Amino acid sequence: MSLLETVALNDEGFMTNPDEWTKELAMEIARGEGIAELTEDHWKIIEFCRANAESSGAAPTLRQITKGTGISTKELFALYPKGPAKKVAKISGLGKPEGCV
Amino acid sequence: MKTFLILGAGTGGTMVANKMAHELDPQEWRIVIVDKFETHYYQPGFLFIPFGIYTPSDVTKPKRDFIPHNVEYILSDIELIEPDKNRVLLTKEDKVINYDYLVVATGTQIHPEETEGMAEDGWYENKFDFYTIEGATALSRFLKFWKGGRMVVNVTEMPIKCPVAPLEFLFLADWFFHERGIRDNVEIIFATPLDGAFTKPRASAILGDMLDQKGIHLVPEFNIGWADNDKQAIVSWDEQDVEYDLLVTIPTNMGAEVIDRSGMGDELNYVPIDKHTLQSNKWENVWVIGDAGNAPTSKAGSVAHFMLDVLIENVLRHMEGLEPLPKFDGHANCYIESGFEKGILIDFNYDVEPLPGKFPLPGFGPFSLLKESAANHWGKMAFRWIYWNILLKGGEMPFESQMTMAGKWA
Repeated sequence: MSLLETVALNDEGFMTNPDEWTKELAMEIARGEGIAELTEDHWKIIEFCRANAESSGAAPTLRQITKGTGISTKELFALYPKGPAKKVAKISGLGKPEGCV
Repeated sequence: MKTFLILGAGTGGTMVANKMAHELDPQEWRIVIVDKFETHYYQPGFLFIPFGIYTPSDVTKPKRDFIPHNVEYILSDIELIEPDKNRVLLTKEDKVINYDYLVVATGTQIHPEETEGMAEDGWYENKFDFYTIEGATALSRFLKFWKGGRMVVNVTEMPIKCPVAPLEFLFLADWFFHERGIRDNVEIIFATPLDGAFTKPRASAILGDMLDQKGIHLVPEFNIGWADNDKQAIVSWDEQDVEYDLLVTIPTNMGAEVIDRSGMGDELNYVPIDKHTLQSNKWENVWVIGDAGNAPTSKAGSVAHFMLDVLIENVLRHMEGLEPLPKFDGHANCYIESGFEKGILIDFNYDVEPLPGKFPLPGFGPFSLLKESAANHWGKMAFRWIYWNILLKGGEMPFESQMTMAGKWA
């Protein structure tokens, strides 16, 4: 059985309760997003996003991630192709980043 | 004598000056507004300039005309804001203003130089913005004699001022090329970092269909990394090329540099605020109106207008020692020009996405929500008069600041 079936998701596939998140879930969501394996660099960004969301209440934007982790935009796109901020938020069990208004 | 200081005399700052001039006792308060420019631009009108619908004179008036006579207007750049010391340093004559209350209304500006290669070769030759008077008029001169080719409209990154403006530009361009008889010679492409036409799902689906019907090609999830001027292409971070003959860019939007210099902003120089009270998160006598703050709603004049009454009430409550009320709901109301003398209207807030229905009178309108109509277009055109004559002066509008569900189909 898929782990994803055990947690609450919204229409766009984002988890609605960040407390239900586990590392195993992150790996499963990542596979669904086309990332076969989460490397150390992937985890560094996920951990930053989880910590950022805990203090601010929202998933960080792309600029907050590059500023906060020191990872360049180009590297970030290599790790999380297409929309990194959105993808990391999803994998980290957080809502869609604000700024999309 | 106490000082009420407003930084920025754009839409937000001017409205606050007009309201506070009525509210504060002139025996007790001095109201000061600072801006570095003399000209007030009706920014929603910039959209129409490239297509020759408006000329620059339709969208410009002196700022002074809208500042009440009992408000002191200082024409100067701002060197530094020192909120811990309750003072602001101006560049003009090294003047220092000590304040009791501060309203930050320094707005949002575009930064094409944030994208490598953008504001360099070809800038204002076949690469333009339409978010400044200079960009909009340069683009109008270009379009006047353009014979056709591949036009790419690109949003660099979110958030941007008036998130519907790029769509309006596309719809109007489609109409304009039809009128000029060259639509068959123009390929129109919209490259956006979003996963669809707009940020909110239901409106995105409807607006996406309209792009399709008008033969406008959508390239979603395109995050521009740099402009390749040799290739005449924009290139995404994942190295996808989109070639152009004409590039219309919506560059990175950022708050004022003085916000950054003063250490008051986030990574895009927006001042963090309580999104429901509009008070600074850090300094209780600092308040922020419009797109200078980080409230997660549209950066548009209509939003600044809906913020106004909440901000004024909360500042007045604070002066009386009362708690601010969390009354701002993120309400935005946007007329979207869709070309051929039609328009769409959307109305939404922090929690409710744009829905179909009628506005402002439930069941009657005259405006239709999330649907094309001629009335919506005339509403938009009439708005310029309302802006200059009623809105800036803080006059009453025929609807409430908070969004209502009446007349909407959920």
